[in-house]
Amino acid sequence: MPEAIERELTFGEAIREALAEEMRRDSRVFIMGEDVAEAGTPFKVLSGLVEEFGTKRVVDTPISEAGFTGLAVGAAMTGLRPVVDIMFGDFVTLTMDQMVNQAAKVHYMSGGSWKVPLVMRTTLGAARRSAAQHSQSLHVWFSHVPGLKVVLPSTPYDAKGLLKTAIRDENPVVFFEDKMMYKMKGPVPAGEYTIPLGVADVKREGHDITIVATSSMVQVALGAATLLEEIGISAEVIDPRTTWPLDEKALIESANKTSRAIVVDEGYGRYGVTAEIAAVIAEGAFFSLDGPVKRLGAMHVPIPFSPALEDATVPSERSVFELARSLCKRS
Amino acid sequence: MTIVAGRSQPEAKTAVEQWIRMYRRMVSIRLFEEQVNDLYTRALMPGLAHLYMGEEAVAVGICETLRSDDYITSTHRGHGHCLAKGASPDRMFAELLGKEAGYCRGKGGSMHIADPATGNLGANAIVAGSTGIATGAAFSAQRLGTTRVAVCFFGEGALGQGILYEEMNLAQLWKLPVIYACENNSYSEYTHYSETTAGDILTRATGFGMHAESVDGQDARAVYAVAAQLVDRARRGDGPAFLLCNTYRFRGHHVGDINREYYRSKQEEQQWMGERDPIKILADWLIARGSADRAVLDRIDREVKSEIDAAVQFALAAPYPGPEEVDQDIYA
Repeated sequence: MPEAIERELTFGEAIREALAEEMRRDSRVFIMGEDVAEAGTPFKVLSGLVEEFGTKRVVDTPISEAGFTGLAVGAAMTGLRPVVDIMFGDFVTLTMDQMVNQAAKVHYMSGGSWKVPLVMRTTLGAARRSAAQHSQSLHVWFSHVPGLKVVLPSTPYDAKGLLKTAIRDENPVVFFEDKMMYKMKGPVPAGEYTIPLGVADVKREGHDITIVATSSMVQVALGAATLLEEIGISAEVIDPRTTWPLDEKALIESANKTSRAIVVDEGYGRYGVTAEIAAVIAEGAFFSLDGPVKRLGAMHVPIPFSPALEDATVPSERSVFELARSLCKRS
Repeated sequence: MTIVAGRSQPEAKTAVEQWIRMYRRMVSIRLFEEQVNDLYTRALMPGLAHLYMGEEAVAVGICETLRSDDYITSTHRGHGHCLAKGASPDRMFAELLGKEAGYCRGKGGSMHIADPATGNLGANAIVAGSTGIATGAAFSAQRLGTTRVAVCFFGEGALGQGILYEEMNLAQLWKLPVIYACENNSYSEYTHYSETTAGDILTRATGFGMHAESVDGQDARAVYAVAAQLVDRARRGDGPAFLLCNTYRFRGHHVGDINREYYRSKQEEQQWMGERDPIKILADWLIARGSADRAVLDRIDREVKSEIDAAVQFALAAPYPGPEEVDQDIYA
């Protein structure tokens, strides 16, 4: 038998394939959200699923994010495994009581007697010229709450493997997809695989500086690493892949090895994912560090519409490169 | 009306046995709540509790129509719903006292009693917070073909929350087997409902095309009769319903709400307690038609009292959870 040719899928195709495989494997899994069926969502990520699984399992809802998320919590408690689709990450604000006060707490408050195996898929990321209510990256809100898990895939391979794991998890999992990444291609093997939650992945090995990057920022960090290589700096790019559970050990080990660390995430810097991860590294690798742990997040402003302004609000290859260069004291 | 047609309960029981059983359950809730108040007053109970006294006919009348595998969701004023659905007073008290033997191993307390064995999806301390859970349980019942029904108990205060209407819209769109049981006990915390509720309550349901009824919530037999019809409808696949139960909260918003005259008069309270006590209404009816005499009911009262007393003693003697319990069950 010749070796299988390595297959490439887009990020969106990888998501769709994960959903289809899990729905074939487990009849309790269903999708629910706004325009998920015939429309396949505005991003067309779900196109074709309703044709295979029908409208009983790919369920179009009214524009009622709180309503159908709440319904999904109850459905998850009573024998189904819902995957709810929140079209834009900004709309998660409408679901917060259902996620924070209900889904996250049911298992604990009931002394372990009820479970909520629910996945919420939603998006993050700016740069689509969609302005302040369609561009935010609010994953840290969920990362703050005990009882929830938060997944941030950065490649088609990770997206598929992590989503399958999320669907099989017995807990509420919030799964953030970068809107700008849906068309990005990458290798995805045809065979069955899953990726555990809470295991970081080194996207590029290096020895001078650690760049911790999440979701949309992984490609930015890899681009910066290429620029750094040109001036003789070897950057390691590590992707935690989940903000909770968080693979603290891998992040600390990488910082111990390189002795310098910066953290890049598209959420707001203030009280954000970068703050938490920087603290983990500062506490865990302090005596190995040659300098302070630096952070790059979204500017502390509502995302503006004008391209001339919007692009200035999120970290770029250039800004990551400059920060890494200054930390390594190279000019 | 004497015997109601179309009961959901599969096992055949005579009507008198059923009314007596409902009487016993209402007394059990009343005495449970008196004990809760006593535990609070004696500083034996941590935190607060919201008493259900005066509203017993609603929970008992509705739950009498349900199968043990049907679902309910409850509220911060939830002891009555949980007991009516079959919870055991000893584990209820244990939970209220934060003991490991409680329904939630002491992690939930008064406002979060939950019990899969009796279909209790949980009491909920967010007003209208469980409307999604109840509607989702009905969604599962429909998709899995279990013929189960879900009852969502909520107070009239929840009429102010938007999610209730999102859920009612979804339930009516998809004909889900869920009953929205609105207990109008007249007061949202310390404010009369007329100051918070515009328009007519029932038309909020009929506006969605939802079947809606209202009932005297002090009359257990009337509640049972209308609930039985609505539950049968839902179980047959004819969709959700809204049931407005007009009732009265005999006590304060919570056990510490003692001086209430700034929002309602003592005279109003005494009138309800004297003339509209649901336990007395059912007792008087049973005696008047010769189904039970006072001695039988007194014996029931005594039996229930000793059960409740024993349950309190069990809970007081039960151990607290060990410190290792604190981070158990965050994730399944």
